[in-house]
Amino acid sequence: MLIKRPSDILDSEITDRRLFENRRAFITRSGVGLAAGAALWHGLTSPARAARSSTNTALAGLPSALSTDEAKTDYQSVTTYNNFYEFGTGKDDPARNAGRMAVRPWTVSVEGLAGKPRTFDIDDLIKLAPLEERIYRMRCVEGWSMVIPWVGFPLAALLKEVDPLGSAKYVEFLTHYDREIMTRRPVLDWPYGEGLRMDEALHPLTLLAVGLYGETLPNQNGAPVRLVVPWKYGFKSAKSIVTIRLTEKQPPTAWNRAAPQEYGFYSNVNPEVSHPRWSQATERRIGELRRRPTLMFNGYGEQVASLYQGMDLRKHY
Amino acid sequence: MLRTPSPLALNAIKALVFVLCLIPAGQLALGWQADTLGANPIETLTHATGDWALRLLLLTLAVTPLRRLSGLHWLLRLRRMLGLFAFAYALGHFAIWIWLDLYLDWPAIARDILERPFVTVGFAALVLMIPLAATSNTFAIRRMGGRRWQALHRATYGIAILGVLHFWWLVKADVLEPLVYALVLAVLLGLRAWWREQERQRQLSVPPPAKHLQRPVIRIMPK
Repeated sequence: MLIKRPSDILDSEITDRRLFENRRAFITRSGVGLAAGAALWHGLTSPARAARSSTNTALAGLPSALSTDEAKTDYQSVTTYNNFYEFGTGKDDPARNAGRMAVRPWTVSVEGLAGKPRTFDIDDLIKLAPLEERIYRMRCVEGWSMVIPWVGFPLAALLKEVDPLGSAKYVEFLTHYDREIMTRRPVLDWPYGEGLRMDEALHPLTLLAVGLYGETLPNQNGAPVRLVVPWKYGFKSAKSIVTIRLTEKQPPTAWNRAAPQEYGFYSNVNPEVSHPRWSQATERRIGELRRRPTLMFNGYGEQVASLYQGMDLRKHY
Repeated sequence: MLRTPSPLALNAIKALVFVLCLIPAGQLALGWQADTLGANPIETLTHATGDWALRLLLLTLAVTPLRRLSGLHWLLRLRRMLGLFAFAYALGHFAIWIWLDLYLDWPAIARDILERPFVTVGFAALVLMIPLAATSNTFAIRRMGGRRWQALHRATYGIAILGVLHFWWLVKADVLEPLVYALVLAVLLGLRAWWREQERQRQLSVPPPAKHLQRPVIRIMPK
């Protein structure tokens, strides 16, 4: 029966990715006819694997205590099942279309209420702090989730560089928009903007990611630099960032502007507060068939619940 | 030949349409077996079966206008099959949702149907399709009488509206795709309304019979 696929795969059972991607070579070398036949069958029946862009270069990160030890979602799914509406609203559109985006040269302007506002060249930005590998759960507001090994450093390290003023209460993120290579239809109000409260932005879990799976970010995942806020719904983690602005007032955010009753500024993962059109109580981990219960703050409650003490999270969804 | 196909040709056309209608289901079944339905295969199945239910429903509704505009009256002979396939895909869509997606979690299913408007209208459309599917046979038409049967099957208009609404309310931001379905449906229903109005005008404009042909009016007074 198809539906009885095991949902819990031990890390030790997962084929090493390098081995997996070199499986043809591996099989040829091992020279077992039967295995070759099986591989042929597999090759005939499985989807075309996403071509690894030659522009992805190795980018190692130090292991982090903040990583989860849950089984990682396979590279193929992480890089072909994306929401990046600038490149189309289908899940496979970004993988198809984001290759058009040039990620060098690239600068990130950090401006606003900062003592030392500055524009960073991406190659300098990457060297700003030691890179870490952070394996985080990612929960999409649509009810699916992944476990992704990001490479990056805490956003706090970047903010420290620009010396935020005491009046800076929020951080706004603006992302790249180029109508020549991205959709011109006003699906959302481009450019895509997101925002965090200063304490959220400075939280050690909040990551500025520049890579995944030990390599630079593929374009569809938000190259060359993106935000990762693992206790919030995925859309809060803005991709392909060009401007980071420190502000006194809560910045407007893309989905909140599009549908304020459905997407709040905070958008913390919360199984008890339904999206008006669907329940948030459960999620499907990509690669699994059965739904699993969604955890408060996506399972990061221990680290972040204190940020929201005394707040009515039903009102501040 | 095209205008009035022989019984043999018509049977061949029917067989062809039957096979064409099965292709999406076949592709999905093979894709599921081979695990080529993408990172979220259950979502792919749900969306594809929903898409095909809606497309076939609109195709069913397109038969009458196409027939009228083209004069190919035999198209009517395909309508029952198209309608039943629309129902089959809708049923598959529902089965995938309650079984593969929600894993027969009945309280969650009931909550979704009651609390989520897009699910409510989709479910209503499916339920309304059941009596139509059950009476999609010559025996039922004979037993009900053509007029009553036709009145019942006009529910298709409402079902199609609910189906488009189901799709519209579920998309997050980009309504382009449901908009296309809505426009097609608007044309199909609009044509019917237009023709109906034309017919009404025609009947009204028929001149009253000449004086010498008029009979004395017999009034039946209630006691």
